[in-house]
Amino acid sequence: MVTKTAPATTGLVEIESKLGPIQWIERKMLSRPLIGPIAVLILAVIVFSIVSPNFGTLNNFSLILQQVQVVAMLGIAQTLIILTAGIDLSVAAVMLLSQVAMGKFAVAMGIPVGLALILGLLVGVACGLVNGLVVTMLNIPPFIATLGTLSIFYALNIFISAGESVPYADVPPLFNFLGTGFRVFETTFTYGQVLTILMFLLFAYILRSTAWGTRIYAVGDNLEAARLAGIRVNRVILSVYVVAGLIIGVTSWLLIGRIGSISPTAGVSYNLASITAVVIGGTSLFGGRGRIMGTLLGALIVGVFSSGLSLAGFDNLWQEFTIGILIIGAVAVDQRLRKIGR
Amino acid sequence: MTTTTTSTDLVIEARGLVKRYGHVVALDHTDFEIRQGEVLAVIGDNGAGKSSLIQCLAGAVQPDEGTILIEGEPTRFGSPVDARRRGIETVFQSLAVCPALDIWNNIYLGRELRRKGVLGSVFRMLDKKRMREESLEIMSQLGLQTLQNIDQSVETLSGGQRQGVAVARAAAFGSKVVILDEPTAALGVKESGQVVKLIKDIKARGIPVILISHNMPQIWEVADRVHVQRLGRRVALVETGQIEMSDAVALMVGAKRPAELGIEG
Repeated sequence: MVTKTAPATTGLVEIESKLGPIQWIERKMLSRPLIGPIAVLILAVIVFSIVSPNFGTLNNFSLILQQVQVVAMLGIAQTLIILTAGIDLSVAAVMLLSQVAMGKFAVAMGIPVGLALILGLLVGVACGLVNGLVVTMLNIPPFIATLGTLSIFYALNIFISAGESVPYADVPPLFNFLGTGFRVFETTFTYGQVLTILMFLLFAYILRSTAWGTRIYAVGDNLEAARLAGIRVNRVILSVYVVAGLIIGVTSWLLIGRIGSISPTAGVSYNLASITAVVIGGTSLFGGRGRIMGTLLGALIVGVFSSGLSLAGFDNLWQEFTIGILIIGAVAVDQRLRKIGR
Repeated sequence: MTTTTTSTDLVIEARGLVKRYGHVVALDHTDFEIRQGEVLAVIGDNGAGKSSLIQCLAGAVQPDEGTILIEGEPTRFGSPVDARRRGIETVFQSLAVCPALDIWNNIYLGRELRRKGVLGSVFRMLDKKRMREESLEIMSQLGLQTLQNIDQSVETLSGGQRQGVAVARAAAFGSKVVILDEPTAALGVKESGQVVKLIKDIKARGIPVILISHNMPQIWEVADRVHVQRLGRRVALVETGQIEMSDAVALMVGAKRPAELGIEG
């Protein structure tokens, strides 16, 4: 127990500084990292609803979720990797490859659709395994490793598809399933949206309440400490890339439902978009900090701003502009919070 | 005078440890011993081999030659995990805590508790409630109740408090020996005092402590015996009551030889 000693006769006094309002906010954000993204989202929704009456409808919100769901689900994979202080620049390429493989298996090779779907998922897993092995066995920094595999996977994707899309008419219904809608409260929702939310809930649970989740944070926060604590860090990192590959496989199924056809080029921009969602959602690029729900919020924020600005009559370029500001803002906040922790 | 000890009394004994890094001989047939319930300080100048010795005992490094006996049994540690399994816990100089994680998370790092039954085995759910409670218990046993909250992340703690968490972790799981590598090196006077108190508490619970330190006054305050390491060997093993601080330092730097002080090497 610490006993309080009376002030010394030299007049030295312990100054207990009262937290000013900014410091209070920063302290809160350190312990509850979702506060920032939630606040931005709520504020944006309120402002845009006031500016455009068409914005604040359930229909529009459903539309926004449909627009961001693919990026959001890719974001789950990206979040896991970034939490280990890694990054994956090849997520979109893996998604395209997995999707194209699914199409090839089912349409060109006549494999039963269910099996083709599973094989497509396994292609995603295989790509994740490749990424993970390059990072852990060859000791190549994730940025560079996935920069390399991005080109490799994308080239394979073009090779397998011969650059051609599978048109809507030829796509088996099972592949399109996640695009099917159902009506509730006079609004159309899709099964894809439901799956996206379920995936987020699943991985939020895994990260919070399993040892694997805790170790992911530990590895990203202090690799040496994790190693000295007896954690097999290479195994953890490898498993993260493999699981990410599986998630990306599921995302490719989501993509087919969203677009309706199987295209080898749709979705290349999703690489950076997935990273954007993760960063705006408050996850630190340096690893060890962040929540998976943050990524959902990050994706929604981007969607809300895009929709809101568009309905308010702004050109597309202002959406890009705003997203850039949001990214820098989010990282600046993260840097500031890290400083507090020193 | 060095005291002779029977081998059943020794928790760890090492004979003739050799460790080479290329041309450099870090350990040149070093001997080592620590008795039940004692606090043994290891002192030595930089380059004397203290770190290598501790790393061998902690399992972080494997000696090229020599034997290590744990309670009389010859043992080989392949990794720090092996040493931990045998009850040897080490607080490394770098502290090895994860700043972004909570206190209880850090304490149970690598040894997480799972819920009983299906929740634990099928859903792999962590038993956070139990880990929190046990962490609070562990921290208060060492007199560290001043923390607001076991859910605080370690980065919000002061240096001394972080040290407290690392030491508490070692003390909680260290059933045989706790090794502290320069625990007060980066701390101020007040916080160093807290660590000294922690060491006394660990000793009071019957767990022997190996303390590597440069802080002579603290060593003489808390240690029973001193192991003097010089040029890769143990040059003296003396009770702190039997030798002056200054003489120990002299032995450490080679200004005096054990024979001059009437002690065996």
